[in-house]
Amino acid sequence: MKLRHLATALGGVIVAFVLLVGIFAPLLAPHDPFAQDLMRRMVPPEWMEGGSTANWLGTDQLGRDYLSRLIYGARISMLIGILTVVTSGTIGITLGVLGGFFGGRVDDVVMFAITCRLSIPLILVALTVVALLGSSLTLVILTLGLLLWDRFAVVARTTTMQVRNLDYIAAARAAGASLAHILLREVLPNILSHLLVVATLEMALAILLEATLSFLGLGVPSPLPSWGLMIAEGKDYMFFSPWVIMVPGVTLFVLVMGINLLGDGLRDLLRAERV
Amino acid sequence: MNSSPAAIEVMNIRREFRTGRGMFASARPVRAVDGVSFALPAGQVLGIVGESGCGKSTLARMILGLLPASSGEVRVDGRRLDSMDRRERARLIQPVFQDPFSSLNPRRTVEEIVSLPLAAQGDVPRAQMRERVMEMLARVGLSAEMAGRQPAQLSGGQRQRVAIARALVLRPRIVVCDEPTSALDVSVQAQILNLLAELRRELGLTYLFISHNLAVVEHIATEVAVMYLGRIVEQAETDTLFRGPSHPYTRALLASVLTPEPGKGIPDVGLGESYPDPANIPPGCRFHPRCPMAENRCQSESPEGLVRGGRLVECLLA
Repeated sequence: MKLRHLATALGGVIVAFVLLVGIFAPLLAPHDPFAQDLMRRMVPPEWMEGGSTANWLGTDQLGRDYLSRLIYGARISMLIGILTVVTSGTIGITLGVLGGFFGGRVDDVVMFAITCRLSIPLILVALTVVALLGSSLTLVILTLGLLLWDRFAVVARTTTMQVRNLDYIAAARAAGASLAHILLREVLPNILSHLLVVATLEMALAILLEATLSFLGLGVPSPLPSWGLMIAEGKDYMFFSPWVIMVPGVTLFVLVMGINLLGDGLRDLLRAERV
Repeated sequence: MNSSPAAIEVMNIRREFRTGRGMFASARPVRAVDGVSFALPAGQVLGIVGESGCGKSTLARMILGLLPASSGEVRVDGRRLDSMDRRERARLIQPVFQDPFSSLNPRRTVEEIVSLPLAAQGDVPRAQMRERVMEMLARVGLSAEMAGRQPAQLSGGQRQRVAIARALVLRPRIVVCDEPTSALDVSVQAQILNLLAELRRELGLTYLFISHNLAVVEHIATEVAVMYLGRIVEQAETDTLFRGPSHPYTRALLASVLTPEPGKGIPDVGLGESYPDPANIPPGCRFHPRCPMAENRCQSESPEGLVRGGRLVECLLA
């Protein structure tokens, strides 16, 4: 029990830390993440042989400071994570609440939309988007945001179905409340805690997918310091300079684990609240 | 019966549900409410009794406008309820539901819950809204400090008081109470009943009081309607009905009340083992398969609308 609370707190601290690092990246980064120094390529991190305090995490194949790129990379990851969840959350929650509340034909349409979405392969869509429109940060966010709403919709739909037949909804209708009031003030606050858990899962997924897409060259374009892109660019050098993929890899792992720990903790808190 | 104009009038209201829309089952209509009519003068309390599944709650939901009727109409002060907009309807008729644990939104404070009907009107100033909420809370016996609390911090009885305050804050003409005491502890039931009776006198309300508890109905109602399989089978003034039930179903209901003596066991009311099924309403008198007095003609002749001695008794034999 105690351990679980500790894990939730740890997750929260990790997420908050990465978020703050992202926000204050210009103040924290010791170097310009884009500045190349071809005389100082592939310098190992400080604790390895040949490292120095000038570049704590070493440099990449173009002599850019790895720590600075990592710090600016937190920006990209958090930006993509948050904006994707906002976009997909808006779409999914709207569809799910409408389908769950009205049922019948409306629900049939929502269920059909969810089924359609689930049959769309994400990588294929990303590939098409890049082929047609080129790659950019905005496009990655839009692609992920427009595709990752299915879990929001499913959870919003089922929880709305549980809430819609409760007497306080009937009481609000009898009180003369508008439909907008009933959906936004009576239904939504009572399903929000479930959606919060989905949001953490989706955020972790979005961050991982961005890294995947960037690794495949379908995501954030170079020279932006995305963690996935850092791994992709470092993979040619990993046998002799393993830190170039280990550093962003471990960071990505820790952040995604932190988000998931936080989500697990929220879910447990919720369960305790309901009992 | 009273001759003063009716505060609420229900005319031949019906509701069918379609079920069994499966791959193999054909749609079978369930007649939950099958032609109910009554008129209730202002200031009166009509108790509606009947066993589970007889259509009491469906009737309540239609009267509240929460469920559209398949046919028939409800009039309040002579005006059709379905011709009004939601605000106007809310000013005339309000509900108190059975379970105060599900009738209050757990995410809102008592003040927000009680002020919802006022806020929905859209033209009540904020200061006046607060004043009226506080006044109503005091009236139902809740202290001002309760206003900031959430439902989870209240007891069952306190919650039901909040629900009553919400129903009355607009000063409606009619309150539909759907089993308002059956989810409460016995010790609290009497308090809530007395509060409802007191508020009716003070505010001149008209109640529709739905219950399966005969003692509660006898205590609060001025008139009682007994429902069986979607119809009112007997309706009379409370004293008359309890003293001299005419319909065999009413008699069975009254006989089914448990005695306080544990040794006597559950009374046998002579209704047999069969259960009424609203998807399969018998022809003739709908009560005949369970009726201890049924004759042959009960299977074919319908007793609908029979009046005996100035009161509605849908029985061929009464």
